[in-house]
This record gives sequence, C-alpha cells and structure tokens, in this order.
Amino acid sequence: MSMWKHHAIFEKNSLVLLVGILIVVAIGGLVEIGPLFYLKSTIETVDGVRPYTPLELAGRNIYVREGCYLCHSQMIRSLRDEVERYGHYSLAAESKYDHPFQWGSKRTGPDLARVGGKYSDDWQRGHLNDPRSVVPGSVMPRYGFLAETPLDFAHIQEDMQILALEGVPYTPDLIAKAKADVKAQLSPDDPSVADLVKRYPKAVAHASLGGEAGPTEQDALVAYLQMLGTTVDFKLFDAKANWR
Amino acid sequence: MTIGELLGIVLSFAGAFLALFIASKAYTAAYAFHMFVFALAGFGSAFLIFKNYTNRPAVIPQEINGRPNYQYGPIKFASLAAVFWGIAGFLVGLIVALELAYPDLSLGLQWINFGRLRPLHTSAVIFAFGGNVLLATSLYVVQRTCRTRIAGELAPWFVILGYNLFIVIAGTGYLLGITQGKEYAEPEWYADLWLTIVWVVYLLIFLATLWKRKEPHIYVANWFTLAFIVTIAMLHLGNNASVPVSLFSPKSYIVWSGVQDAMFQWWYGHNAVGFFLTAGFLAIMYYFVPKRAERPVYSYRLSIIHFWALVFMYIWAGPHHLHYTALPDWAQTLGMTFSIMLWMPSWGGMINGLLTLAGAWDKLRTDPVLRMLVVSIAFYGMSTFEGPLMSIKVVNSLSHYTDWTIGHVHSGALGWVGFVSFGALYCLIPWVYNRRLYSLKLVNWHFWIATIGIVLYITAMWVSGILQGLMWRAYTSNGFLEYSFIESVEAMHPFYVIRAAGGGLFLIGSLIMAYNFYKTLASPEEVEAPEAKPALAPAE
Repeated sequence: MSMWKHHAIFEKNSLVLLVGILIVVAIGGLVEIGPLFYLKSTIETVDGVRPYTPLELAGRNIYVREGCYLCHSQMIRSLRDEVERYGHYSLAAESKYDHPFQWGSKRTGPDLARVGGKYSDDWQRGHLNDPRSVVPGSVMPRYGFLAETPLDFAHIQEDMQILALEGVPYTPDLIAKAKADVKAQLSPDDPSVADLVKRYPKAVAHASLGGEAGPTEQDALVAYLQMLGTTVDFKLFDAKANWR
Repeated sequence: MTIGELLGIVLSFAGAFLALFIASKAYTAAYAFHMFVFALAGFGSAFLIFKNYTNRPAVIPQEINGRPNYQYGPIKFASLAAVFWGIAGFLVGLIVALELAYPDLSLGLQWINFGRLRPLHTSAVIFAFGGNVLLATSLYVVQRTCRTRIAGELAPWFVILGYNLFIVIAGTGYLLGITQGKEYAEPEWYADLWLTIVWVVYLLIFLATLWKRKEPHIYVANWFTLAFIVTIAMLHLGNNASVPVSLFSPKSYIVWSGVQDAMFQWWYGHNAVGFFLTAGFLAIMYYFVPKRAERPVYSYRLSIIHFWALVFMYIWAGPHHLHYTALPDWAQTLGMTFSIMLWMPSWGGMINGLLTLAGAWDKLRTDPVLRMLVVSIAFYGMSTFEGPLMSIKVVNSLSHYTDWTIGHVHSGALGWVGFVSFGALYCLIPWVYNRRLYSLKLVNWHFWIATIGIVLYITAMWVSGILQGLMWRAYTSNGFLEYSFIESVEAMHPFYVIRAAGGGLFLIGSLIMAYNFYKTLASPEEVEAPEAKPALAPAE
C-alpha cells in the first residue's frame, strides 16, 4: 500500500516531524481550556465570594506550603453522599480567586471545602497540635510547630499586589490597610474589626495565642480554615439558572 | 578555547554573581540557601569548563576508524544518577507509606511531615529517577540510531548537570517548604525558569543530532522522544505561568485561578503521565526491546498509527481527574470520551512491543533483563486498561479521592516505568562502560522481589480504595450515612502496612540492582566492544 510511503516526510525531516507533533498535541488543550475563559456559564453567578483577608491569605499560603492539599480536597462533588457529608456541592465561583486552586485529588483526610465554622478555634488548634488528641484514629501529622513559628507577613502587601495584577479585586485601599487588617483580625474585641468586616464581608476575628511575640502561623492557618466555605449563602443560590 | 567554552565560563560567572546578589537580599533563609546553591553551581561549572579545556585534545574526532565516536560521558552520569535517585525516591516513598500507617513516625517535624515528603517522593521518582533514565537513554538512542556523535560538546553536559541541579533545588525546596502547591509541578518560579533553559538546550541538541544523522530515516524511538521533549515544554510553560512576588522571594502566584487553574493543572498532570512517563518510556521500549530480543519491531505501520493516535488523544484526557467537580460537564465528558478512546493506541503500543518477541519468546526463560522489559509492557497494558475504566464517570465517582488512584498510578509507575527503566539500565550501563553485567542471577532476584512487591502494593490499594469508596457512600436502612469519615481512615490501616511492605520489597530489589552495577563497574573493561547488532531495520 502506497499510503504508508507518505509518512516518510515525517521520518526524513525532523522539523516537519516537530511541527506535526506540535499541531497534534496543541489541539486538545486549545479545545478544552480555551472556552473556559470565555464561556459565561463556566463560573456561576452567585453572591458572597470575596478575596481572602490578608490574614486568611497568609494562612492559605501556609496551607499550600505544608502540602495540605495532598490529603484534603476542597471540592465537594455533586454526589448525594458527598453533599450530605460535607454540604452543598462546590461551585467554580467559590474558588475563582484561588491562585493556585486547591481542589486536591485525594482524601486521606476529609474534604475541607466547608470546614469553616464546623469546629471551634480551640478544636482546630488542638487538632493541629496533636490530631490524635481529638480524633484518635487520625493519621494526620502533628503541626505543633505552627503555634511556635511567628507569622511572617512583612511582605503581604506585595503578595496582594501580585494577586491584584492577576485579577483578584484587591483595591489599593485594601492593600494599604493589609498589615493593620492582619492585626485587626486577631483582636476580636477591637473596634477595628467592624471596619475589617466592611471590607471583607463575613470575616471573623480570632483571638491570637501568639501573645507578645505577635501572631503565629497557626493563627493565620486557623483563620483560613475557619472561613472555608462560609462566604456563599446557598439559600440565595439559583441552581437552575446556573445549569451548565 | 572555543566560543562555546568562553561563553560557558562567562555565563557561569554571570549566573553565579546574580545568584549571590539575590541571596544577599532574599526574603527567606531557604531562598538564600537556594541562591547559594546556584552560585556554587555557577562557579563549579566555570571551573569544570576550564579544566576540560586544559585536558581535552585540540580537536575531538567525529569518527574513529570509520565508526562514530559516540559521546557517552553524560550518559554514564545520567544512568548512575538514575540509580541513585531511584533508590532515594523509593526510600522516601517507603517513608511516606509508613507515615500513613504510623503517623507519629515524623515526630511532628516540619521537614519530614507527609505533606512535604510526598512531593519529594513523587518528584524524586518521576523527575529525578525517570528523568535521568530518559536523558541517558534518549541521548544514547539518538546517537546510535543516527550513527553520529551527539551535537555539541558542553551542551549535553549542561543538560545533564543542569537537570540534576534542578532536581536538587526542587527536592531541597520541598523539605524547606518551598512549593507552588500544584501536584507534580511543585517547584517554584526560579526552579521552573532554570528547567526551561535546560529543556530548550535539550531540545536543541536532540534536533541538532537528528540533523547530522547518517541514516535517511529518523528511527521510531526518536519520534517518541521528540514528542516527549516538545510536549513537556508546552505543558511546563502552560501550567507554571506564574508571577513571582519579588525577585527576592521564592513565592509566586500562578496566573490561572480556580476552575481554569484546575483544568490547566490536569491538562499538565495527566500529560506528565502521557508524555513523560509514557511517550518517553515508549521510546525506550522501541529501542531496547528489539535490541535485547535481537528481533525487529513487530510492525512499522502499527508504530505509525499508534504514535500519532497516542500523541493526539492523550492531551484530551486531563478532565477525567475532575469528574463531578465544578469543571463544566462538557469538558468532563470530552475528557472521559478521549480517555476511553486512548485505550486503543495504548494497546497498539503494547502489542507492538510484545509481538516484537515473536520468534524469540524462549529468551524470556534465559534472559531476566528481557523478562523485565517484557513484563513492563504487560504492566503498561494493564494500567492503560485500568485507566480508561477509571475515567468512566460512574466508576470514577467511586474511585476518585481514594487509594484506588494511588494503586493505579503505581501499577504504571512501578510495573511499567520502573521495570522498563531497570531493563534499559541493565542493558545501557554495561554497554556504555564496555563491561559485562556482573550477575544475571541477581537480576533474576531483583525481578522477582520487585514483582512480588508490586503485586502486594497494587492489590492492597485496590482493596483499600474500593473499600474506602464504598464506605463513604454506604447508607443505613434508615437513610443515614453509615460511616463517619474517621471510620474509613481506621479501616485503611492494614492495607497501608501491606502497601509499605510491597514498597519495601521494591526498594530491596533496587538495592540489589545497585550492588549489581557496583560489581559490574568494579570489573575490568572488556577488550572487545560488544558488537552492535543490526536489528533495527523497519519491518517493511
């Protein structure tokens, strides 16, 4: 059959082979990824999703740093048992400000997409320090060192500027107040908390255990965990209108 | 001194001083440490280039006595590095497996907690072990099948050493908490940039070697290598598009967010499997299996069909990692459809590899190296059957997030990638060092111990994964969820112990291999170079 002879053009010209490969491997990605940027239905219309407060952002960076996503998903699938176990299935809108996304791929531990407010701050701290003290069968490592490590938020404004550049709605005002906001969110009884909540709706202040030394990494991580899944009011979510 | 050497020295110094400057203003100690490593590498490289210049002959001949003067130095380095990183990666794998069975093993030390060691394990086995195997074999195969010395003198060394520098930066970074939090793409922006430079040089020397080939046709193994190099470059650039917080900060933020980032991630992640762990290693299959069996590749036509079908379809399969998530359904369905279709080209490759043995099956009894290569193809067939099965949405609803995925990955990683790599190294190291392999009996021991290890590993993960999936969705007769999450965790313990035992056996096998190589290299050089067998003619 002579058809096969035509393949010689690829076998005799490395650049033709190279271009051929490039074209063939580009197609799938273009078709699957491209439309996600312009199809309006990709990200649902829903109220409440907001950027992370500076403290929550710092906490999220610790979550990423410690590789929590390797055992905990943040993506409740639209399956009956998951919705009953963890809450409303996750929306694309809920992670639209997440750089990077942390949906995860493995549940060695439970899903954390809606863990915010499910346990008290004390429980979270005790659990981080020694998971088996509150959940005897847990296989999670101990993260006691977070309570002893001071939170480094000296450069948090630069972080927010980069995120603003990438499309997260951090205004110059929010960035200017970032460091004060870190402290405000760790002073539950301070009047500055009311301003913080105006800037970041539903933000919750948490008592810091850092004392004189200032906030700890654990403070930031707890603030992040306690806000997960708390910003969207699903009573107001119209599932039919967001059908895709 | 050639222009290349001069440029190499100047760039090495420039890079080293830039690194020192960054180190002086680094935001974190870990980042400063990395910049010192870069600086050290820069000074070291300038020194090595100069030393090489003073020792080398004035002109390096392209041919000696009418035979190509092949360049084996970088290949030797990469093959031994592969053995080293393999053992390191398997060992870290064993440690993380044990940490899941006995969580207090890490003593709560941040550097060795599961979350930091797990990326170390995956990167060490995929990129350090697998990557060095691919570099070594691809640079060997391209020279032999083009019958020419590799293009460039310093460039191949730059690729090998530069790649291993990337590994060191990535690996130490994980332990120190430097990660961008994207699976299998954890290295931060500066490591990614460095890898990009190395990779472009790799592509260039590969192409330039093809350009000076003495054979009219480009051999099929090189098609796969080229697809591997080009596609990995594309995936790497797409998935790692990030903006650093500052030149002085190790931290960056990925440009993509949420659902788009998820799609980019699994477009990358699945095709790291498709092009790094499959296309690259299929190139190994297409050279080492025919060579070792002394039989031509079964079907030239099948290799054409399977090559183009594989590279076209693999790219689409990513969304099967995101079934029932917030990724739009149309993308999930596309991903599932192509994943199922992918079964065919995968098995096309398997059939082409296995049937290459036609007329030489008896060698399986006498040659444990060939047996290892053939069993790797069988594992390839098995995991590329399991993959499409798991990509079906209803199956995935059970298997996703469970250990079944881990088992699936390891049947491919240990069985296919591991065994085909071991088989290739058992061929390659004696060839490039011009020595006889010390002991085939030890290869036999390696084969059986590792095989038992793999079987223990994947069966344990099948049981634990399916059990986990069933427990999560079990309802009582009253309509309540039957098990709390922690009950499903507790049920995993025995399987985690069995899995660790399997991984331990696999590690022991690789230590036997290392001993075998040590004894091989300690033996005297063969007087006659092993004769290259002309078994590479296409079947047509």
